[in-house]
Amino acid sequence: MNQPASAYFLEERHDPNETHTLSVLVQNEPGVLARVIGLFSGRGYNIDSLTVSETESQKHLSRITIVTTGTPMVIEQIKHQLDRMVPVYRVVDMTITGRSIERELAMVKVRGGGDHRVEALRLADAFRARVIDATTESFVFEITGNSTKISQFIDLMRPLGLVEVARTGVAAIGRGPEGM
Amino acid sequence: MTDKSHDPNQMTGAAMIVRALRDHGVQHLFGYPGGAVLPIYDEIFQQSEVEHILVRHEQGAGHAAEGYARSTGKPGVVLVTSGPGATNMVTPLTDALMDSIPLVCITGQVPTHLIGNDAFQECDTVGITRPCTKHNWLVRDVNDLAKVLHEAFYVATTGRPGPVLVDVPKDVQFAVGTYHPPRKSDVHVSYTPRVKGDATQIRKALSLLASAKRPVIYSGGGVINAGPEASKLLRELVEATGFPITSTLMGLGAYPASGKNWLGMLGMHGTYEANMAMHDCDVMLCIGARFDDRITGRVDAFSPGSKKIHIDIDPSSINKNIRVDVPIIGDAANVMGDLLQVFKAEAKKPDIKAWWQEIAKWRARNSLAYKKNNDIILPQYAIERLFEATRGRDTYITTEVGQHQMWAAQFYGFEEPHRWMTSGGLGTMGYGLPAALGVQVAHPDSLVIDIAGDASVQMTMQEMSTAVQYELPIKIFILNNQYMGMVRQWQQLLHGNRLSHSYSEALPDFVKLADAFGCVGLQALKPSDLDGAIKEMISVKRPVLFDCRVAALENCFPMIPSGKAHNEMLLPAEATDEATAAAFAGGKALV
Repeated sequence: MNQPASAYFLEERHDPNETHTLSVLVQNEPGVLARVIGLFSGRGYNIDSLTVSETESQKHLSRITIVTTGTPMVIEQIKHQLDRMVPVYRVVDMTITGRSIERELAMVKVRGGGDHRVEALRLADAFRARVIDATTESFVFEITGNSTKISQFIDLMRPLGLVEVARTGVAAIGRGPEGM
Repeated sequence: MTDKSHDPNQMTGAAMIVRALRDHGVQHLFGYPGGAVLPIYDEIFQQSEVEHILVRHEQGAGHAAEGYARSTGKPGVVLVTSGPGATNMVTPLTDALMDSIPLVCITGQVPTHLIGNDAFQECDTVGITRPCTKHNWLVRDVNDLAKVLHEAFYVATTGRPGPVLVDVPKDVQFAVGTYHPPRKSDVHVSYTPRVKGDATQIRKALSLLASAKRPVIYSGGGVINAGPEASKLLRELVEATGFPITSTLMGLGAYPASGKNWLGMLGMHGTYEANMAMHDCDVMLCIGARFDDRITGRVDAFSPGSKKIHIDIDPSSINKNIRVDVPIIGDAANVMGDLLQVFKAEAKKPDIKAWWQEIAKWRARNSLAYKKNNDIILPQYAIERLFEATRGRDTYITTEVGQHQMWAAQFYGFEEPHRWMTSGGLGTMGYGLPAALGVQVAHPDSLVIDIAGDASVQMTMQEMSTAVQYELPIKIFILNNQYMGMVRQWQQLLHGNRLSHSYSEALPDFVKLADAFGCVGLQALKPSDLDGAIKEMISVKRPVLFDCRVAALENCFPMIPSGKAHNEMLLPAEATDEATAAAFAGGKALV
């Protein structure tokens, strides 16, 4: 099929996409998150999940965990582009190191009565979700785990009266005694 | 108790800015005053070490600073006010980011307590310029100002150079605080650009180079940025290896155009021999270039049989567009120095006679040929005559963007680095005239020529007034074809010759315009006028607008057509209407 005439090479490459979790250690200063997010939007990279918080207040260090999807070339670009930013200390690809633990926390509100209510409690127990708020017609469950497990739990709650969900996004850390 | 009023390091924020400029050896600064920078202008008024050049539009200040930086290797410095002053700087900042030009831009901002209130001439300067600077800062406390200014100069000039911006609210300019001279701890510990190349990688490169049968060196703007030493080393490397060398638009002059190994520029409008050598080579040594889409053509057909070595200071340039085999991260001069040392010690010149013979056949195609004409000035001819007239002189060339830019790159022979200022990455029409101003400020006794187009030059024409004010004898050599020539060329080749809005109707009379500005207007209407008029342009010690009337419908060749590879170039001799139509048929997309 002919493509329209253009000033640019329009054919995209079709390498398969991969999902990677990146840990980014940054100087916690005004605008640093905007820089990181702006890089992703400006260069058309995906953000599947993003969490950020100060982790060492003495040194003003924040840790950003980003889950992103792209071709291997794009993933490599993302890491280099992040790494060359002035306030970025380190970028570690947790997926490549392969020795990392990923966790996410979600709060899941379910409303209903009778059998649905009993079933929701039973499933929560099976998923090791805790009840952190309850009324006579609702529960709020707190669940921690990897993203797949949380999505599974949410899917199961849907027919049982799911009202809303708040998820933190993924936090990741390497196994073993070494830091990043 | 110490009396702070006698401490010489106690001063206002505005004074700190001027002091920091002096501490960083800044002699010239380009700017435009306004409400939010008046305290700084007041300080500038009361000293004489830093000379301020008043432009007519902030964009002009930015490009002038780029020309200054590109021709000296020193950072260009700009001072503009908040709001529109800052937004007018977005184009030059982006231009400098794309072409890795060190700029330090200081912007005024509304007082800190008004930030976020939509105050008069307020804009989110750091937000707007975040994607178009290497880094930027908003300084909310006068006691942080010295540190930030020093870091700004450091970040702009180290690693891959680029523009930085420091936004200073007006109350911070008035506030009194403690200044300190530049020191190491001013810089983020996280900012550590790599300069020295990895020795193992250099060894791998060496073994590829030593066994190459069909090598090519492809150098870029990074060699210019790495300073005169890098260009010297590049010449030594070419000499030691005997390899052919081509360069990007940004890299012209690093290796002399008269050098025997020179293939000419590569890429979309590069020479046939340069592009064919890139396509057929077995080892490619890329130094300080970034495999830009104007260079590679069709990426899946780019130099299919070669092992690629890539030297670049920016890791994000590696494997961005083209996968390379041996990446070496480091400063071009540093890595070339190491590479040259091991090459001289351990390798001998590979025998590549057969390769040179092949190149000679491509050269013989004479891809820059054009039909001479005795009645109409052809743009290529105009540049050739300009080159002849300025040869051997101390000359600097800037350009705008379009056909004239490509012809200048093809037909003007650059012998030295830092002599060629052009907007490569961003392609900013209106760059060349203010850039010429900046170059002339840095080199008051040199000949500075902006090779311009009639459309581009009107974008920043107001800066002629600056040239007159500061007696900067820049020469604006306008190849006037009454079209946005490159747009017209693409419309002809890709859009059925429907010339939508590319004709410059109502062009000003450039000679009268020169008169109105108080500079010199010259005109050449036919080939026989040309040499005399150029001679006059050079001898006049005042700014000149030169209206060189050239063939209106001339196209820029050779050219890699839509969606084609390096070995499918369209040469001028073959570019009949039929061949051109066939080459672009189906317009698969590239140009």
